[in-house]
Amino acid sequence: MNMKTDRIAAGFEPDLSVSLAGIRLANPTVLASGILGTTKALLKRVAECGAGAVTIKSISLAPRDGHANPTILAFDAGLINAVGYSNPGVEEACREFSGLSDVAAPVFASVIGTHAGEFVEVIGRMEPLGFAAYELPLSCPHTPGYGTMGGQGTPQATLEITKAARSATKKPVFVKISPNMPAIGEIAAAAREGGADAITAVNSLGPGMLIDVETRTPVLGFGMGGVTGPALRPIALRCVYDVFKAVDLPIIGVGGVSTGRHAMEMVMAGATAVGVGSAVHAFGPEVFGRIVGQMRALCLKLGAERLSDLIGAAHKQQGLP
Amino acid sequence: MSDMRQSSWKSGLPFSIRVIEVRDESRSARTLMFRRPESDPDVAASGDAPDFNLSGFVPGQFVMVWIPRLDEKPFTISYLDDRTFGITVLKRGPFTKALHAMNPGDWVGFRGPYGRGFSLSAGGVVVGGGVGMATMATLIDRLDKPKILQGARTADELLFLDRFPGMDISTDDGSKGRRGFVTDALAELISADRPAMVYACGPEPMMARVLQMCRDRCVPCQASLERFMKCGFGVCGQCCCDGRRVCRDGPVFNSDELAGLASFGRFARLKSGSKVGIGAYHGGGKGE
Ligand SMILES: Cc1cc2nc3c(=O)[nH]c(=O)nc-3n(C[C@H](O)[C@H](O)[C@H](O)COP(=O)(O)OP(=O)(O)OC[C@H]3O[C@@H](n4cnc5c(N)ncnc54)[C@H](O)[C@@H]3O)c2cc1C
Ligand SMILES: Cc1cc2nc3c(=O)[nH]c(=O)nc-3n(C[C@H](O)[C@H](O)[C@H](O)COP(=O)(O)O)c2cc1C
Ligand code: FES
Repeated sequence: MNMKTDRIAAGFEPDLSVSLAGIRLANPTVLASGILGTTKALLKRVAECGAGAVTIKSISLAPRDGHANPTILAFDAGLINAVGYSNPGVEEACREFSGLSDVAAPVFASVIGTHAGEFVEVIGRMEPLGFAAYELPLSCPHTPGYGTMGGQGTPQATLEITKAARSATKKPVFVKISPNMPAIGEIAAAAREGGADAITAVNSLGPGMLIDVETRTPVLGFGMGGVTGPALRPIALRCVYDVFKAVDLPIIGVGGVSTGRHAMEMVMAGATAVGVGSAVHAFGPEVFGRIVGQMRALCLKLGAERLSDLIGAAHKQQGLP
Repeated sequence: MSDMRQSSWKSGLPFSIRVIEVRDESRSARTLMFRRPESDPDVAASGDAPDFNLSGFVPGQFVMVWIPRLDEKPFTISYLDDRTFGITVLKRGPFTKALHAMNPGDWVGFRGPYGRGFSLSAGGVVVGGGVGMATMATLIDRLDKPKILQGARTADELLFLDRFPGMDISTDDGSKGRRGFVTDALAELISADRPAMVYACGPEPMMARVLQMCRDRCVPCQASLERFMKCGFGVCGQCCCDGRRVCRDGPVFNSDELAGLASFGRFARLKSGSKVGIGAYHGGGKGE
């Protein structure tokens, strides 16, 4: 099939650009935090592969080694990981991520802390850098002191941490939430009340576990870890759908996306932008360019001149909850 | 579209296998031998098709070796035949000490193989420094009578003297072969002759010198890099050398790629991701 003649026949070139909390993305794909985001050189490479925006691996105040290996494993329906937030700490991150204009797409900083004050301090140190926004993952399921293991996934903690981060910067703040909560809309509402500009939904699911039968031992070094990739996709979609109903904030839909069709589902569930992480395992960093090409083809098929017209399209169907 | 099917999703879980044999290779290196699961009737009888499978193994690729409840680290396959395989381990820190303490019957988990190995061309010179020789062993098995240069600090750290007779040996202290660095032997060799390919694995400063010499003489070369690995399959970004993932884009890189890596021979990242000088990364890394 010749895409170019198709576009001419269709009489338009679909516009895949989106505006996410005032940040223009050439296309909705975003590199999810914790996948390849360790260095500026890798961010550059992912942007060159076609990502609309990229997120760095989460950064804490002090360096962290993370959990013992195995930290990341591929199983038949996804990835399971307990990396444990290894990162070189904010001081080195500021050296690594200086001169971000070299990266051909907006760069989001993922910031972690054990309490509100730590988020504020890390953001403060990063303010002079060229990050387009801050993402607060209050939802990691496998790191003591952080995310859901640190009690950050409750509405109260989400409100408190978001407020604190909000007061530390004028840049957009995204709050990343867990798929584990049945009432996910309440967490999103708390983030909104705290001043969040967007919701990232979702972080990894679980934790889950895998056991080596021969040695009768859980395989991950930490014993358990977050589930991502294909197994997470239908849950992530439903979460995005719920959050879209609950709050009028833009959403970065994340979880199991590896094709343009998957990304389009996320958009129709209510996502303005679409995070991609685990798919790098199957398709490499080139997955971003492929998803974008496939989304373009889908827009042509659907007669959609602007992708943004399709955000939340699945909510317009009658009779659904 | 066919390459976008979900079937390209590959499971890669560790598979535990018992040590069948242990042998000392040098004062500080020991080989652990295992039965290949593909040829193990017990594995087939339990209906398992382990993700770990060496049938497509290319020299230069690596495996992730798991000791339950301890850790998991990258190693090369140093022996491979239809029925068995082995890893050769230099004793350094807690993990390699635990491997040295293993006996036949103990369990070790494996996943992989991972990465891009050597691309084999006719003829060539193999340069191995220290335990880098473990990486070169299966390559030597597949090349047609390559010239082999091995370097070590002293005679009792040399590997595979019986397995590969006729190697050109250099030791820092002259206790066997010529006194000096293996790079001196290479310099002599490539000034007399222009090999079709130089394959190298060893300490990074050694490989950086090999690259320099080969580029000066317009000899193509490939070298295998070491960086701290976690996932081993290109997702976490832990092992990157500039924009390259050593675990997936490498660990073997060719001369042109190496020349484009500003960090090659200079910087590497620790477990936290902190960037340090290559010497500090290896922490002396001399074994015991
Ligand atoms: C692709 C590849 C192939 C390798 N093949 C072999 C081999 O065939 N035989 C062999 O003896 N060694 C090999 N190594 C090195 C081996 O992984 C380390 O010696 C081992 O991890 C040391 O662990 P330790 O706990 O004993 O020592 P530590 O004291 O923990 O570490 C000693 C040094 O080992 C390196 N290292 C530690 N952890 C890792 C890690 N997770 N990933 C990469 N490097 C690490 C670092 O340079 C560190 O300074 C290979 C490394 C790589 C990257
Ligand atoms: C190996 C790995 C590491 C991750 N690290 C982080 C992290 O540091 N911070 C974070 O907010 N999310 C982290 N995540 C979660 C991802 O950003 C993403 O929310 C999740 O993987 C779902 O998307 P996917 O199915 O496309 O991978 C990590 C995920 C994986 C697989
Ligand atoms: S070890 Fe994870 S990307 Fe290489």
